[in-house]
Amino acid sequence: MLQIEIKVTAEIAAEHGLSSEEYARVLKILGREPNITELGIFSVMWSEHCSYKSSRVHLRRLPTKAPQVVQGPGENAGVVDIGDGLCAAFKIESHNHPSFVEPFQGAATGVGGILRDIFTMGARPIAVLDALRFGPVTKAPGAAGASTEIAAKNRHILDGVVGGIAFYGNCFGVPTVGGDVAFAPSYSGNPLVNALALGIARRDELFFARARGAGNPVLYVGAKTGRDGIHGASLLASAEFTEESQQKRPNVQVGDPFLEKLLLEACLEAMQTGAIVAIQDMGAAGLTSSTCEMASRGGVGIELDLDRVPQRETGMTPYEMMLSESQERMLLVAECGREREVIKVFAKWGLDAIEVGRVTTDGMMRVVWHGQPAADIPAKALADDAPVYQRPLAPPTTPRGGGKLIEFAPEGANLTDNFARLLAWPAIASKRWIFEQYDHMVRTNTLAWPGAADAAVLRVKETNRALALTVDGNGRWCWLAPREGAKAAVAEGARNVACTGARPWAATNCLNFGNPEKPEVMWEFSECVDGIAEACRALEIPITGGNVSFYNDTLGQSIYPTPVLGVLGLLEDASRAVGIAFQEEGDSILLLDGTGEDRQRAGIEIQRELSSSEYAFALRGIVAGAPPAVALAAEKNLVEALLALSSEKLLRSAHDISDGGLAVALAESCFASRGCAAQASIATDEPLESALFGERGARAIVSCAPGSLARVRDIARQCKVAVVELGRVTRGGDFIVAVNGKAAIQAPREELHASWADSLKFIMAG
Amino acid sequence: MKFGVVVFPGSNCDDDAHYVIGKVLGQPVEFLWHQSEDLCGADAVILPGGFAYGDYLRTGAIARFSPVMRAVERFAKSGGIVLGICNGFQILLEAGLLPGAMLRNAGLRYRCLPVHVRVEATDTPFTCAARRGQVLEMPIGHNEGNYFCDAETLAALERNNQILLRYTTPDGRENAAANPNGSLANIAGICNRERNVAGLMPHPERASEAALGSADGLVIFQSIAEWFARHGGAARHKAENATAALQAR
Repeated sequence: MLQIEIKVTAEIAAEHGLSSEEYARVLKILGREPNITELGIFSVMWSEHCSYKSSRVHLRRLPTKAPQVVQGPGENAGVVDIGDGLCAAFKIESHNHPSFVEPFQGAATGVGGILRDIFTMGARPIAVLDALRFGPVTKAPGAAGASTEIAAKNRHILDGVVGGIAFYGNCFGVPTVGGDVAFAPSYSGNPLVNALALGIARRDELFFARARGAGNPVLYVGAKTGRDGIHGASLLASAEFTEESQQKRPNVQVGDPFLEKLLLEACLEAMQTGAIVAIQDMGAAGLTSSTCEMASRGGVGIELDLDRVPQRETGMTPYEMMLSESQERMLLVAECGREREVIKVFAKWGLDAIEVGRVTTDGMMRVVWHGQPAADIPAKALADDAPVYQRPLAPPTTPRGGGKLIEFAPEGANLTDNFARLLAWPAIASKRWIFEQYDHMVRTNTLAWPGAADAAVLRVKETNRALALTVDGNGRWCWLAPREGAKAAVAEGARNVACTGARPWAATNCLNFGNPEKPEVMWEFSECVDGIAEACRALEIPITGGNVSFYNDTLGQSIYPTPVLGVLGLLEDASRAVGIAFQEEGDSILLLDGTGEDRQRAGIEIQRELSSSEYAFALRGIVAGAPPAVALAAEKNLVEALLALSSEKLLRSAHDISDGGLAVALAESCFASRGCAAQASIATDEPLESALFGERGARAIVSCAPGSLARVRDIARQCKVAVVELGRVTRGGDFIVAVNGKAAIQAPREELHASWADSLKFIMAG
Repeated sequence: MKFGVVVFPGSNCDDDAHYVIGKVLGQPVEFLWHQSEDLCGADAVILPGGFAYGDYLRTGAIARFSPVMRAVERFAKSGGIVLGICNGFQILLEAGLLPGAMLRNAGLRYRCLPVHVRVEATDTPFTCAARRGQVLEMPIGHNEGNYFCDAETLAALERNNQILLRYTTPDGRENAAANPNGSLANIAGICNRERNVAGLMPHPERASEAALGSADGLVIFQSIAEWFARHGGAARHKAENATAALQAR
């Protein structure tokens, strides 16, 4: 073995994040002490980020099978069949810690990483969505706001993250077509940046990361290797934040979207030669993970000669090269004798493709440097035999949500002012300031722009089909009641996709949690996985992959448990896509309610529900009670009704009820339109605020021509969905919602629109 | 006629232009590789949007030195029809085929949104199928679209009727609120004095099908095809002759 100055001891192993049991396991696998390079390799591959050691036992409970699933979890991305010989490859991934340390580059490289995962499969990326969570960006009293200083810092992070996503996606040439943004104090020290990418490939032209064929050359393509991002996965993504975390800035990578665009075109073109056997991007743990994972999946070994690896700096050690997370790099296995064909394509795009190793038969990942072995480890031990932990879990000792509940406004109160404030609240207000910075049109497939429909809708060129895509997840609800909150995330995703007319087809999830070594966090995780599994089964949505992000803690404070669901929907006929905007004056506005006829609910239940709402948080700073119970059968009925209605082209608009309740949903359908307003009235025995702002699921606001009303009722009845006629679409004038015959909200449409439309812009201007 | 769409490393609207010309307009179209000086017999050349060579220096600053641009310059000088869209416009400015320069947007941010532009001149290969004063809805998507030139150049642009499109309100009024990037005189598109080379910041290829929200941009491509049908090989001659012929008609 090569002598490298540092002798590995148990202490050095501990500094690398390996526990004493894990280090003992390393010793057993190798039958000797590792050298420092080998220790580094074990430490990244066995890090939480790469090995899923705390989550693996739970993730097995997720449903992953369905006839449309071509590739489930375990590859670079999940793949589902979408008809016409085509497949959709999609996956969501987090880049939370880097985005806190360096918001712009952290978010940019998050986008870059997920895009590589997609085109590695042979799919051309056609869309990106982002789920973002930040601390409060306004100074407001109570739990909902932050101090002036912290709010300014959160705005800085938001600004940087949006800038980084725009920088990368716009240049690369993928449209950023949607996403969601939420704010809560628990994200102040730990924002969430989850990027989802979607690509299209021919089913018979998919590529996988399974090395095979002893003697086949291993080619390195793309950017040169530098010292950036060393230990990004192990030290940055797999540990809590402390006051020293800013010093981890050098662990954040720097992105080059132009280089990635070249890599995309070159990879897709090289794949057409038929000379590529396997391919994997170098993401977290760079050269190490791509080598051992490709070898392990293919049941072979790989030998690498580090002297041949293109290097950006001189004097790099094997340790640094194997752990570098320099961006825009790929590793591929070519068919022996045909490597020239591949190299020629990369040369055309101005990229180096260098032979750095060979596939071997002995299952070892062998690294050679200056002619001497620098690492020699069984590939399978690294990739698949990482420790698996059944970590202790325990519910919180004091049940959550026990704080002060919201007091209802008196019957007959005028809530117009509250409503205007809610519309201007960052979580509810128009996200135009954000999405205008993203190119959401490039590739000319975008049928529904951000905010135009409940999900982004993208046509699939040269077919009649379209895909709908949404990301959802309510951290506040998951904190109050993890299982119900997680179910609600799936249900909302399904509802959003169905509102556009698309059938929920598959989902990817990004599970953002605190430190898994805390039993309470592990309990949240386990509960959320169960909630997702139950909802996905009920709604028939397979999970095709995703990502777990643990250690989202700063100074001991965990984030809200935040599972984010990315739900993909399939529309057989793109011309049937439905947006949220009201279309015609005089159209009927209807409430579709999957729970069927209104059930009497106890006053305390209603009070607890509303206390968990965005309204309670925004206006009273209250986070208490419990989220509405998710009625999965009702959700399924609503989905089926929406699909049946849109397939007959009966709907002029459809918008699910979520954050801000019925009143906000109605207003958004007006604001998305060209000048429409609404006159609606509801009859209810619930308190005013619950009727207007309550967030109970399985409901949607739709509009139709008055002549279609009878047919809409028919279909809804067949699907066991109740229809309540709320009112009419009007043009100009006042936006009115009356409750039991008395106007509870009434204001000029333009006035309300102004509070909603420009709020975020003003907030961001400081 | 045959269209050519140039592919620079970093072009990302090349496929979109190719799609509209081939599938929507139904005209022959071919990609032209940046390293070749062969325009493959194209009768009109499109420089598409994107980030040619990454645009890390100044937009278009490197692209103008690529081999294909030598051919495009010769083609333009001989009267060939050349349309630069977004990044293509920026490249034409850098190449000196169009006057002026692009500054960063007034708000210093990338902006992607649908805008309205008014057709100011119709005696060009790019606008001949439109009506003068017609308002078109098309999206923009750029960070450097704030058109600027000196007073003398602006006067010449106005005098020679070289301004093709201006940002306006939906009803065609020109004001500051309708200007998305701070462009001088609300300029969204211009042509050269000979009228055979044009640059547009809005993306007509993103607004050529009703399903995408607007089909107003198709008129730009239709104009090129119509102009060519009317003048045939005239595009290969001095475009001035063609303009004179149109005016005489």
